[in-house]
Amino acid sequence: MPAVGGLDALISVTYDIVANDFVRAGEAASKIKRLLQQLGVEPGIIRRAAIAAYEAEMNVVIHSYGGRIAANITADSIEILCEDSGPGIPDIEKALQEGYSTASEDIREMGFGAGMGLPNIRRSAEEFSIESACGQGTRLKVKILHKVGD
Amino acid sequence: MVQPYFHSVTLETDNCKGCTICIKRCPTEAIRVRGGKARILELRCIDCGECIRTCPNHAKRAIADDFSLLDKYAYTIALPAPSFYGQFAGQDVSISKILQSLLTLGFNAVYEVAEAAEHVSLATRRYIENSSKRPLISSSCPAIVRLIQVRFPDLIDHLIPIQAPVDIAARLGKEAVMRKQGLRREDIGAFFITPCPAKVTAIKQPIGLGNSWVDGAIPIADVYAKVLRILPYLEDVPGLQQASAVGVCWGRAAGEEEAIRAPSHVAVDGIHAVIDVLEEIEIGKFHDIDFIECQACRGGCVGGPLTVQNAFLARVNMENLTRELSPEINPTVEKQVEENWGAGFYNLEADIEPRSILKLDDDFSRAIEKMELLEKTVGSLPGLDCGSCGSPSCQALAEDIVQGLASEGDCVFVLRDGVQSLAEELLELARRVPGSISSKTDTDEEEPPKESPKESGEVDRRDTTDQAAQ
Repeated sequence: MPAVGGLDALISVTYDIVANDFVRAGEAASKIKRLLQQLGVEPGIIRRAAIAAYEAEMNVVIHSYGGRIAANITADSIEILCEDSGPGIPDIEKALQEGYSTASEDIREMGFGAGMGLPNIRRSAEEFSIESACGQGTRLKVKILHKVGD
Repeated sequence: MVQPYFHSVTLETDNCKGCTICIKRCPTEAIRVRGGKARILELRCIDCGECIRTCPNHAKRAIADDFSLLDKYAYTIALPAPSFYGQFAGQDVSISKILQSLLTLGFNAVYEVAEAAEHVSLATRRYIENSSKRPLISSSCPAIVRLIQVRFPDLIDHLIPIQAPVDIAARLGKEAVMRKQGLRREDIGAFFITPCPAKVTAIKQPIGLGNSWVDGAIPIADVYAKVLRILPYLEDVPGLQQASAVGVCWGRAAGEEEAIRAPSHVAVDGIHAVIDVLEEIEIGKFHDIDFIECQACRGGCVGGPLTVQNAFLARVNMENLTRELSPEINPTVEKQVEENWGAGFYNLEADIEPRSILKLDDDFSRAIEKMELLEKTVGSLPGLDCGSCGSPSCQALAEDIVQGLASEGDCVFVLRDGVQSLAEELLELARRVPGSISSKTDTDEEEPPKESPKESGEVDRRDTTDQAAQ
């Protein structure tokens, strides 16, 4: 699998995310969580990173045509990068509001689409940025700071 | 080897055939087969007893206490688990008679753990009302508390820091005897009649408690035959049976959840189902559930490895035995909880500490190095998770290799490939004709050296010097 990531990344992983594949949805976030556990990252930090990764992954599954998620881990930060190939978010401000969702009725019936995905991601991370253009896709980047345990 | 940690669950080496059934079922990957015998990794084992249940050769057993321990105390109290009642069936059987049988066997008093469960139910209700954390997870099942310590340390703060019913039972029982008989705490021995090896461990090495008020644990399986023999000759003794149906129901799955009556709640039983739920909680699900009952054993405590009856049958027995009992907690218990709550009577005395078994190294950069090696190693293994190497999966073998506890040659497939290429090399050498009788020169025979295939792991490691320069 190709590795993407910042120049200073000590370790990077990338996983493809398939649109509408609810059977495998969440697996990438689980793998990222396990990796952080193996590296001995502090439990509270892992929790935040896992929630951010899971919500980002689910957004791609539910709303996009497919994409990929990467985690770049350095000695002081965990960066989660999530990109998809469209259709893009028409109004990012609205999407960041708690409770706002464009998810279909079917998706909501499955227990998703509560409009908490992006707000939860933003709450979990120290740095948060999202770029999106209609017809081009969305690029989400979050950074969670951690200290190497001693 | 010095045991750094007491475990109830141990191996009967003579019975172990070295099969791989237990290593596959262990929820914390705590068992390896090495040298033809299973070995339990002390730091990983949570004493859930899953291996006791699955071993076809009865090579796993629980170390517990026996009746001889009663002799050490001037006064003894039996603490029967609610699940103990479910072991007995029949028209003439009653909870009162079951309690009476324990007195006949030599205990001076009985205190129903079911009654303490009512205290814990009410205390938990109060805790839920006063906490904003969600979901809150019950800490009553000791195997689940240990599971969370080793595999889900980030969920420790979701555990309800209230003592388990048996600990409360021992304290209430002893304090009553101290008052009535004028005895000292150390003169009184309190013994849990236990369905569960994790509880044996929890008594010897309490989590969140300085010293347990419980002095020993005797398996239900060891008491069962004795009680069965005398039960038909006993009469009901008025006043002996105190607990309501609410407390007794704690002995089976969902009983605790029903007793606590949180606004939104769920009961999960079976340790593998619990693991699935904990994984979901870790990614933010279940956040609108107030209370989660988690039981390591399927069916709850009646499914414990130290019980005798089939868990489903025991559940029916319990329903029959509780039919005559009050469906509500006794008001005197409510009053006692009211008095005790403010003083912190039910609270755990210390924090539950994380004991993560997942991290590869305490040092972050060493962990990164090991991670890289781990991914490479996983890539070189067949991924069949056959267990023939003695580790539960290819991933676990790779971890063992990285930690220096196993080698790649332990994999029968890697070994077979090694033997095959060795054989080919031998054949190649055997075909060589000595120069003295050959008409060709050496260089004609030699093949160019084969290039070893490159590994394409998922992990890409960058130069650490970049990092150091920052």
